[in-house]
Amino acid sequence: MAMDSGAQQPAFRLSMLLYDSRYRSMTIQVFALFVLMLGAAWLVYNTKTNLEALGKPFGFDFLFNTAGYDIAQRPIEYSSQSTHLRATVVGLLNTLILAVMACIMATVLGVAAGVLRLSKNWIVARLMTVYIETFRNVPVLIWIIVVSAVMSESMPAPSAFRGENATSSMLLFDSVAITNRGVYVPAPLFSLDLGAMFGMPNLGTGLNWLVIIAVLIASFWLNKRLLAHATAVQNATGVRPKTWWKSLLIFLAPLAVLLVIFGFHAEYPELRGFNFTGGIQMRNSLIAMWIGLSIYTAAFIAENVRAGILAIAKGQTEAAYALGMQPGKTMRLVILPQAMRVIVPPLISQYLNITKNTSLGLAVGYMDLRSTLGGITINQTGRELEGMLLLMLIYLVISLIISTVMNYYNNRIKLKER
Amino acid sequence: MSDTHAQTVAFVRDTMLPPEAPPTTQAGAVKWMRENLFSGWLSAILTVLSLLAVIGIVYELAPWLLNSVWNANSLTECRAILDGASGACWAVIRVNWLQLMFGFYPSDLYWRPILAFVLLIVAVAPVLFPSVPRKLMWFSVVYPFIAVWLLWGGSVWGPVMVLLGLAVLGLFIMRAAEPLGTVPTSAMAVVLFLALFFNPPGWFNLDLGIFPIVQNIADLLGGIIPIELRPVPSREFGGFMISIVIGVAGIALSLPLGILFALGRQSNMPLIKWISVTFIEFIRGVPLITLLFTASLLLNYFLPPGTNFDLILRVIIMVTLFATAYMAEVIRGGLAALPRGQYEAADALGLDYWKAQRLIIMPQALKISIPGIVNTFIGLFKDTTLVVFIGILDPIGRASAIRATSDWQGIYWELFIFIGAVFFVFCFSMSRYSMYLERRLKTDHR
Repeated sequence: MAMDSGAQQPAFRLSMLLYDSRYRSMTIQVFALFVLMLGAAWLVYNTKTNLEALGKPFGFDFLFNTAGYDIAQRPIEYSSQSTHLRATVVGLLNTLILAVMACIMATVLGVAAGVLRLSKNWIVARLMTVYIETFRNVPVLIWIIVVSAVMSESMPAPSAFRGENATSSMLLFDSVAITNRGVYVPAPLFSLDLGAMFGMPNLGTGLNWLVIIAVLIASFWLNKRLLAHATAVQNATGVRPKTWWKSLLIFLAPLAVLLVIFGFHAEYPELRGFNFTGGIQMRNSLIAMWIGLSIYTAAFIAENVRAGILAIAKGQTEAAYALGMQPGKTMRLVILPQAMRVIVPPLISQYLNITKNTSLGLAVGYMDLRSTLGGITINQTGRELEGMLLLMLIYLVISLIISTVMNYYNNRIKLKER
Repeated sequence: MSDTHAQTVAFVRDTMLPPEAPPTTQAGAVKWMRENLFSGWLSAILTVLSLLAVIGIVYELAPWLLNSVWNANSLTECRAILDGASGACWAVIRVNWLQLMFGFYPSDLYWRPILAFVLLIVAVAPVLFPSVPRKLMWFSVVYPFIAVWLLWGGSVWGPVMVLLGLAVLGLFIMRAAEPLGTVPTSAMAVVLFLALFFNPPGWFNLDLGIFPIVQNIADLLGGIIPIELRPVPSREFGGFMISIVIGVAGIALSLPLGILFALGRQSNMPLIKWISVTFIEFIRGVPLITLLFTASLLLNYFLPPGTNFDLILRVIIMVTLFATAYMAEVIRGGLAALPRGQYEAADALGLDYWKAQRLIIMPQALKISIPGIVNTFIGLFKDTTLVVFIGILDPIGRASAIRATSDWQGIYWELFIFIGAVFFVFCFSMSRYSMYLERRLKTDHR
């Protein structure tokens, strides 16, 4: 047919909507859109009918009602008289605290285990293989519950620390107490409260921390300038000036001065009556989630790290040696930058998994976002639909932020070909 | 010349010496240890530390395992038998293991899940291993219906008619696709599907009495020739049985759905691509628990008033959707890794889209993504433990219930070691199988 008509366009016929691949995709898409809209309309209609039958309005006004329940771990001020919205924020903060803690510990453990699994040392490599395979192949929920059970059933009660012949003692120069009610660690305190000084008592010592972080960022920037200067000198003269003591000074001196001005001191936990007071109490739920998530995810991170290092061709090491590079420099300048390209994307998706797995806090009573907004608030107000929508939305936003960071990183380190 | 030589050298060896044994530090166990355990001071420190760790663990574990108590009815009894010594109380498993396996499934019907499990092995064998006769594949196709009937019981005609209905549908698609073309066939297949399994006139409040056709025929046949197993309601399911049911169903369904969404995401039709991306990113962005809670709390809002369907079925759907999104991303990776030339070669041969996918693209893309696919399967199987949060008594739920009884309060290691070991066996064998499959399908000669 095409041969006969040559360059001439064949006239449009209705059957071409089905049989001509140029138009067929339009037909399929219009059909899909139709089905999609129909499905959405059906769902919305059903929901509306069901909500009306139950006599429930749709809205988020319940967030401003009094919550009426307590949350054990509260990073910001909260009482049972606060609103559901505040309970949600407390839950979100607890989720983020746990996620950050678990990410840090999982990375440390995972990188160590991954590197050690590649070690030439036979016994170390075998031990790490056993660790990785055991933890990867058993559900994380079991690890969390086991840690929680160990904490609450095998650890000494606070009373065991008392008296002349105490059966338990505190660790690390009497600063850390591990009990069946949680782990007590020293709390960092400031005698100079900037928040109170500048008339913002709500912030508490938060302002102090902000100042410290700002100073650290400034030190970091200064150090970067110093290193750039050193490189410039090296390029000009061929000799790199010694910078390590300057770097150390840049970081430590301002921090030390600041801490002295603020009157930094630690408050140690002390046994008073039946329990420890003072310091920071890390509850069993937090410990169980933290340790459980970390050791489980670390096994996956270890495999990512191993894969990343193995992915670098041996020729790269040999080429670096041929250029006369030392083993340390070879690792730092040749192997690691290339391995990072393989390691970091799966590493970030492990962080994403940790963040999502914090929702297992329910199993050990950790009051994260899912237990506050998605648990008690929903049960008390009966607003399942709105609560779950909000919950999913928050998790979705967190995930999208993390994956945006990942995409940014991926694009930055991507091999530029042609 | 030779004479002088003969005079100056008194003796010339004309046979080879036998080779000497290497020095003791360069042979046998000593050499191995020097190379593998003490190759440097760091390595030596690590070796000593590892040895200390191993010895410490064995020192703690050995008496605990050696003093195991198998016959007791409570933890107090166990401790009385042990008399202060350290020892494991495996009696808790011995007493409760049937519950850990089957939940509250009626004990006189245990043969049904066991038979279903044995048949499962028969059904997956031809899929997993090429040495098993190909004809068994037919059994694999029929197996899901047998399993549903065995596990839930009820009339045999339900599953049989659903199977027949699907067979009719499949036959129609195969016969009609050539003469009619893809799009009309699909549209007609959808209509046929709705007519067979649903009640389309019922949506407009018409009751013709013949829809859903499959269900009505099944009821009719059940009235004439009643072949029935005692029905078991879903709430009596539990233990590892429920993990395996959800896991196997999720695995079997998520792979084909994942392929569809991966293709959708690669599609050059903007709308299809947009739908796939939204679905995948939404599911991957929220924790599985929120989806499970949606299944248990919210589904009643989204369905017509009065609809109420099985909790296990809802969970299977949600777990499948969750795994589908991850599967789609894994397969997309495989598709992206294929050289463009493969697509162009398929086009050049004049294959249409589905033929190209089936014969050229998918076999290669799936092969590349085997490790990722099996990882997703393993993740899915481990994630079945989360159903405990919506009140299904999976092994962890049973374990918590056991730990809450007065007899076994305070026990945890034994229970969780047992549960963990069972999960480990399943997941570890899956990962080993994936390695075997990779080796078997390897066609390059590196």
